[in-house]
Amino acid sequence: MIIPLPASQPGFWTSTAMIAAIVLTSTTGEVLTAAAMKSIGDLDEIRAHSGLKGAIRAVLTCPLFFAGVAFLALAFFALLLALNHLPVSLVAPASASLTLVTNAIAAKIFLKENVDRRRWASAVLVCVGVYFLAH
Amino acid sequence: MILGLVSLCAPLGDSCLSRGMTMLPAISLAHPATLIAAVFTPWIAMGILLLIGFFASYLTALSWADLTFVLPATGLGNVVVALLSRFWLHEAISLQRWAGIVLITVGVGFVAQGPSLTERPAVEPPVTTDAEQQAIEEQVR
Repeated sequence: MIIPLPASQPGFWTSTAMIAAIVLTSTTGEVLTAAAMKSIGDLDEIRAHSGLKGAIRAVLTCPLFFAGVAFLALAFFALLLALNHLPVSLVAPASASLTLVTNAIAAKIFLKENVDRRRWASAVLVCVGVYFLAH
Repeated sequence: MILGLVSLCAPLGDSCLSRGMTMLPAISLAHPATLIAAVFTPWIAMGILLLIGFFASYLTALSWADLTFVLPATGLGNVVVALLSRFWLHEAISLQRWAGIVLITVGVGFVAQGPSLTERPAVEPPVTTDAEQQAIEEQVR
């Protein structure tokens, strides 16, 4: 895909690297957060047992959760950096839709989720839809 | 229910934030204190509260559903924003955006029909029948 960019903007590879940084950090963050929540267990059940405070404590005492949040924060700063140099109409749809697909791949590899044909199809559909909607 | 909260809170929170930030004068990095003061303006405070609500319901959803189940549902938030701006702010929606709305809705409908969690067979200790047990004991003797 060739993205026409005005001369004052960073080149193709720099732009690609900026968007890749957002996608990588946010995918890592999402996968770590999801792994943390799976290791904690069903929050509704924990809340039924030990109340809302117990559920909040269960989340806040999980180191994986903080690792995930740290990467999500990195992704946020990567997004700010990219928005500083590139037009929002490129950064927002590209990062939002690419993240969906990389997350499906990462969830299959690292979380061993059963990503069947139905889920691939919906990840791709939502990805294209988000791109259409935001572009 | 939780997934509805997820897809509603995120776009509403974002639009509150953007509305609040554009109403403020430009903030420079030289005066970080103005950034802290910005947190207490009504639109931004509401945006932050909504985003906290989004994150809490997102975490709850992740605790009982797969990441590949929850994430497409968050895409529905974009549809909510588009429809809100159409019927509340009376913005025109181009054909391409309608196509996007349809694609996201179909995609979310697709994944929502399947199972929400990967079935993981419980690890069971190997079962030995009585006959096998006897054979093992005889070997030991």
